[in-house]
Amino acid sequence: MTAYTPTHVGSVTKYVMVESFDITPADLALLGYEISKGVMIKETCFGLVISGKEGEVNRIVAELRKIDPDHIFVKDRGFPPGDARRCRANLGGARPGYNGLEYEMSIIPYVSHGLEALKNIDEKTVPPMEDPLEHPLLDIYKLKKLIDAQES
Amino acid sequence: MVKVFIYPATSLILSDMVARFGHTPLSSATAIRERIQTAGLESPPLQITPEEPKKGLKWAAVEVPAGVRGRMSLYGPMIEACEAAIIINDADLAFGCMGCARTNELIKFLIHQKTIPRLELNYPKNEDEGVKFVAAIKRFLTELRGAK
Repeated sequence: MTAYTPTHVGSVTKYVMVESFDITPADLALLGYEISKGVMIKETCFGLVISGKEGEVNRIVAELRKIDPDHIFVKDRGFPPGDARRCRANLGGARPGYNGLEYEMSIIPYVSHGLEALKNIDEKTVPPMEDPLEHPLLDIYKLKKLIDAQES
Repeated sequence: MVKVFIYPATSLILSDMVARFGHTPLSSATAIRERIQTAGLESPPLQITPEEPKKGLKWAAVEVPAGVRGRMSLYGPMIEACEAAIIINDADLAFGCMGCARTNELIKFLIHQKTIPRLELNYPKNEDEGVKFVAAIKRFLTELRGAK
């Protein structure tokens, strides 16, 4: 085994995902370049990858989020942009982890709608979601209906 | 600011929601970052070295496959450190090999064993559920701040 010398030690990388009708990743990248000081910004099809010192990255992310807070989503990333172990330029095909992002991007419009709706209503007045751990017992009348349907 | 473990640990939505409402998400990205920024032996792609399954023995028995124990060396410390947890139960994106599947079961089991505030949800399937989903998370995270 060979020794491993890490690069970008002490840096933080974040994804900024855009799911908006008003803002494109290119608009965000332009604004990001304007306000950035010594961070790496990579524009992608889904948004940006920002890498640098934690304080600076957080500042830029907070500024970018202000543009369209309900349609910009941020997440941490372990690898720096373009890392040969993860970048699809080296590996080919979809980046590992892309399938998860793709799945959640299909749900994000509902979440954005929720964020927008909660600006006008109090979250305490919204009824709770169904408990996923609750397995309701089969109603006796429903069971009878099933049996009848089976017999006829 | 409360440390909130999120499941799926790679979730963009949960990671964003927890940070948006003022808490610290514990996700797999931070655990991976810690490993790839630490000098040691070259072990691409995730810098999971043969030492990790040994560390995983703290959460899984020796007869449990090394794949589960290696993964637990990432998630175990986060589960121990977390003060609250949000779990999405119908997360198809967490599907994987038996190593991933068993690790997912063990993660949920360990979180259920801990006496911490826990929110269990499913992904929203329409706009109405989206409102309920965000409201449930906001309510949960706001109450955490009050409890602190």
